[in-house]
Amino acid sequence: MQNGDQHYSMEDETYTDIDGKAISLECQSHSGFCREFTVSSAKVSIGRVMAYTCAVWLSAYIIFFVTENTAVLSSAIIITLVGMMVHIHFVKVDHETLLIIGSLGVQVSSSYASGRESTDFIEMGKIKDIVINEAIHMVRKIKDMVINEAIHMVRKIKDIVINEAIHMQTVIYYLCILLKDPSDPEAVSSVVPLFQSSKPRLNCLVKVYKSCQEILAKC
Amino acid sequence: MVLKIFFPQCCNKADSGLLVGRWIPGQNSAVVLAVIHYPFIPGQVKQYIHQMRGQSGVDLTVLGSWSMPKEGQEGMESFLRDLSTIFPQGQWLQLSREMGKIGFRCHVLTRDQSKSLFASQVAPIVPYIRHLLLTRAHGVFGTVCQSEPLFFLDKYDDGPVKMTHWQSEGREGSIIVELMKQASTPVCLLTTWMLTLWTSLCSSRILNMRPMRFISSKLSTCLQLSYRTEHLQTVCSPTRATAHNHFMRKANIFVSFFVDVSLGLLLVSWMYRENRIGKLANTLVPAADHVAKELEELLQWLMGAPAGLKMNRALDQVLGRFFLYHIHLWISYIHLMSPFIEMILWYVGLSACLGLTFALSLLSDITALLTFHIYCFYVYGARLYCMTVYGLSSLWRLFRGKKWNVLRQRVDSCSYDLDQLFIGTLLFTILLFLLPTTALYYLVFTLLRLVVVMFQGVLHLSVDFINSFPLFAMGLRLFRSYRLAEGVKFRVLCEEPGTPLHLMMDINPLKVSSVVQTYRTPTYSCYPKDSWLALCKKLFLGELIYPWRHKTTKID
Repeated sequence: MQNGDQHYSMEDETYTDIDGKAISLECQSHSGFCREFTVSSAKVSIGRVMAYTCAVWLSAYIIFFVTENTAVLSSAIIITLVGMMVHIHFVKVDHETLLIIGSLGVQVSSSYASGRESTDFIEMGKIKDIVINEAIHMVRKIKDMVINEAIHMVRKIKDIVINEAIHMQTVIYYLCILLKDPSDPEAVSSVVPLFQSSKPRLNCLVKVYKSCQEILAKC
Repeated sequence: MVLKIFFPQCCNKADSGLLVGRWIPGQNSAVVLAVIHYPFIPGQVKQYIHQMRGQSGVDLTVLGSWSMPKEGQEGMESFLRDLSTIFPQGQWLQLSREMGKIGFRCHVLTRDQSKSLFASQVAPIVPYIRHLLLTRAHGVFGTVCQSEPLFFLDKYDDGPVKMTHWQSEGREGSIIVELMKQASTPVCLLTTWMLTLWTSLCSSRILNMRPMRFISSKLSTCLQLSYRTEHLQTVCSPTRATAHNHFMRKANIFVSFFVDVSLGLLLVSWMYRENRIGKLANTLVPAADHVAKELEELLQWLMGAPAGLKMNRALDQVLGRFFLYHIHLWISYIHLMSPFIEMILWYVGLSACLGLTFALSLLSDITALLTFHIYCFYVYGARLYCMTVYGLSSLWRLFRGKKWNVLRQRVDSCSYDLDQLFIGTLLFTILLFLLPTTALYYLVFTLLRLVVVMFQGVLHLSVDFINSFPLFAMGLRLFRSYRLAEGVKFRVLCEEPGTPLHLMMDINPLKVSSVVQTYRTPTYSCYPKDSWLALCKKLFLGELIYPWRHKTTKID
């Protein structure tokens, strides 16, 4: 418990993302109008890292055995190291944070496995609303290859209709911020999707959505 | 709405005094710019603020009071509250901080009724104002930038008012930058004078005659020279850059020019050691000979039965002999030039002192000159093939009884006379059977031409890259990232209960990937202007391709 803050993480409910992997949600309420939500995805699994490294080095050793060229081995080492550094610095997201400060704005930040943080702040004047959007996520498994296409339809959470007649498709939900142009307050100028790497499921999103709406209603 | 207070971090440790700043009406927030310390005479403070308001144009007022009581100053609170009567305001802020604690307490007194708002309704924000000023980021802080005159006096100055503000902890400066600023004016004047001389020379009548103009528009070295002149003119203009974009562009051009010249000097010093120029010149003529010999062998192969295809003997021999004669001419020309090559190369290589880009453009031009015969062969082959294809398409339409209507741009049916049909069909057959021969020659020479074009393209792309890459902006982003701001970011400071919410505001620097896009120096881009499909279509029809043509308008 922090001083003066309410800090609770949902230990009794386990959240998963749309692929079934376990994620965790942490909500921190700093004040009546300031809340912070952190969704953490699974860490880099050591088993996969070892598997990839062994595969690459084994194939490099086989090539060396055939061609007797030592450059193959050094290039394999360099490739593995560079690939790992690129992966943890640019690809693997550790946790994503949403900080909502009433009457000031919303800050979205994602933190990568290497510690790099990428932050974006949106002023309250530009925010029209925070909603949960529904997307039809067409997943076709062709020999374990997954092809994704998303068709966006904007509807508020009350009007969700899940069409179960569509074969081999899943409906995914994502939380997003609708932005408005200050000159035209009625039109939605763009959409900023949140928690894109962690992709939590609806139960997690609903909690975040309710908290955000409470704060947005106050201002 | 929640009341927001923007408070500079350095005033956190300041002694008690008056808060001076500005209210932002629409957003219910206040920006604190400075703290005026005791002792002060209220009349003098009012006068000073009035003066500052006139000088900077910012709506400065006394916002309230700041108290950080040290030992023996317990009666401060009531004294400060009484001050609100001296400086009549709509809302009077009372910020206080106790020694040893991190958080502030805040009370707001409104004019009509003195009441203190609940702590939860106020959210002071503590920005790192020092760096924010340097980037002029965030609309709210336009106020801070405009209030520059306010920051000339300090608490250490002997004046009527003693203040603490964001510059009290010192401004960022560097001796090298100051020295460069001093030295820049005479250097700029000198360079501008030399550049005007040079441009007047270039635009003189002798050099502007048609043939010279044509040649200089084709040689990439001359183009590079003109770009560099333009760049230098931008950098050395005596007016100071006021807008941020203008300043960054000047700095980027200057840094890239500097790096270019130093790389060029490095290259020159490497090349002129150990008589490498002589060695290069000695290998040039045998290399040209070798290329010519290879071409001759290629033509002999085409004149025989290339890849098992049976060519039309007569046409084959004619074309083959025609090209062989050209090669013979070319080789004689190269042998004529060979005694002078070393000297030419030596003097021309010195121009690489002007920069690496010049060396690369020179290389591109030398390649173009040495492979001129390949270019000629390509043009002959393409023209021949083009004529064959057009003839064939038109005669094919005749064969089917149709005609191309130029007016309507479509194919119409047409009735031909018998002798027209007869001759047309005859010509069609002839052209059809000659097509494989011409097509083969065209294919071979186009491939050779494409190889040369690829090589030149790589050189041009690297020249373009050196010209346009914003080195200064990239360096600034890596080492002084607070100077290039994309926005702001907030961090919650954990505080004691009962105090309002404290947030630390910091600069969100520009993403590295968008630095290049934002600060690229515009150049005459020489990227391929045709898409792959259009290129293939042109190749098929036999139209001449110039994939690296320079665009006439600047690409930003």
